[in-house]
Amino acid sequence: MKILVCISHVPDTTSKINFTNGDTAFDTNGVQFVINPNDEYSLTRAIWFKEKQGATVTVVNVGGADTEATLRKALAIGADEAIRVNADPADGMYVAKQLAEVVKNGGFDLVLAGKESLDYNGGMVPGMLAAFLGYDFINSCEGLEIEGTSVKAIRQIDGGKETISGKLPIVIGGQKGLVDEKDLRIPNMRGIMSARTKALAVVEPVGAEVTTKDVKFEKPAAKSACKMISPDNIDELISLLHNEAKVI
Amino acid sequence: MSVLIYAESAEGKFKKVALELASYAKKVAESLGTTVTAVTVNASDVSELGKYGVDKVLKVTNDKLATFNAKAYADVIKQAAQKEGSKVVVLSSTTDSLYAAPIVAVALNAGFATNVVALPESTSPFVVKRNSFSTKAFSHTELTTDVKVIALAKNSFGLVEATGAAAAEDFAPSLNDADFSLKVEGVEKVSGKVTIADADVVVSGGRGLKGPENWKMIEDLAEVLGGALACSKPVSDLGWRSHEEHVGQTGKPVAANLYIAVGISGAIQHIAGVNSSKVKVAINTDAEAPFFKVADYGIVGDAFQVVPQLVEKLKEFKAKNA
Repeated sequence: MKILVCISHVPDTTSKINFTNGDTAFDTNGVQFVINPNDEYSLTRAIWFKEKQGATVTVVNVGGADTEATLRKALAIGADEAIRVNADPADGMYVAKQLAEVVKNGGFDLVLAGKESLDYNGGMVPGMLAAFLGYDFINSCEGLEIEGTSVKAIRQIDGGKETISGKLPIVIGGQKGLVDEKDLRIPNMRGIMSARTKALAVVEPVGAEVTTKDVKFEKPAAKSACKMISPDNIDELISLLHNEAKVI
Repeated sequence: MSVLIYAESAEGKFKKVALELASYAKKVAESLGTTVTAVTVNASDVSELGKYGVDKVLKVTNDKLATFNAKAYADVIKQAAQKEGSKVVVLSSTTDSLYAAPIVAVALNAGFATNVVALPESTSPFVVKRNSFSTKAFSHTELTTDVKVIALAKNSFGLVEATGAAAAEDFAPSLNDADFSLKVEGVEKVSGKVTIADADVVVSGGRGLKGPENWKMIEDLAEVLGGALACSKPVSDLGWRSHEEHVGQTGKPVAANLYIAVGISGAIQHIAGVNSSKVKVAINTDAEAPFFKVADYGIVGDAFQVVPQLVEKLKEFKAKNA
């Protein structure tokens, strides 16, 4: 099985989010970047397939040279090789088009991604990628088994879950649940050393339309202070929730 | 040209988000000088949509669509948009709609924006405000394509009643076998309980509750408020509660009217997932807990004393205001 895992290079959750160029661009200054957590669940599952069932795992990112450290981290925790599409990930449609090209050229039969990235929160690339490829697509996937070309997946739905069966090739939008938290890997020294010699191919983008553009960013207005209520005065809380907040 | 919405229903009844979508689409349609068309799947009585601004309903009735299927539903929405010549398609942010939406966008060659929190700032150019960076920022995003698809964040617009009635007509889009290549083998759904996705009130417990045996009071609090139960990541990782209840950045997102965090200190990942809730209450013994920084109301106190009292007082309140 040839697996491709799509990796987003995103600011660590604890990063302060600031903008630059008159609030038109994300300020990467001093920001620590990580593998997008939803993608990490998918990557970890891919490595499980490799180790237990036999597969090759390629990771891909659409981005500038600065994202290579994130790809190297994916190699350090077990991916075999990496591809970087050398382009600004302008919008979801553009990125999906680039990834579709990588899938076609590499003949991948299982494409794993995260259901959403934690920076722009678009949540659209996996579905668009599947649509461009004409592959089936399972989103919000929290369980995945492959036997031969048969796919069995668990999808989170509002208020529960459903079991879906299908066939390879397929695109998966992964999330928490795909692997146990304890199975997430931290790169060890051996992994980091071997990652340095694994192949990281840089490919040029194909022409694709950019359909959306962030014209300006804005930070939420400062929140007013929390109203503190004495634990001996629960009636006041109820009164505030009823009369002021009007939520009960 | 009309603005198209996909009005989601469950067991024949429209979801609240469908009515919110209709209310929103009406305002968008007014600014574009057009009308609102809703496409529905296996909904019998569609008259309720008219009360929230829908002018026309395309009713799809098809047994093959009895369970949700993203490809097939996307095909239905695409064909409805083409039939209506819609330039703007508005979808909700349920798990199902967000699953189908990117497929719709590709099929219509449309720019797509999710997490939209307000009416378009302008319609030419078409610019929407959306949540990004896990609620730490807003993006003002321009959609430059001829057809636009947007997904409205839950509870960001509210319900606006309108006068008028929706004209319903049957619509039979042509579906092909490829739309049904995935098979749903089984659905496990909690019945008779409010889900986190649909709830107006969510009551959430954290490690401060010391153990799963202490959850009764959290359940009581949720019950008296008619709310859904949730928990923090450590609680689900420790196996105290099912991961179905885990809310936060890697868990389920919460955009409720009222979110009550009991014994949750408020890790940044937790806050990122629940911050879209309108009113937040924190109950914690530690006055320095980060959740107080984002909460609207806070009680520094022992949950084991505060919560049972709150439950009793809420019961009295509900009895009086019933």
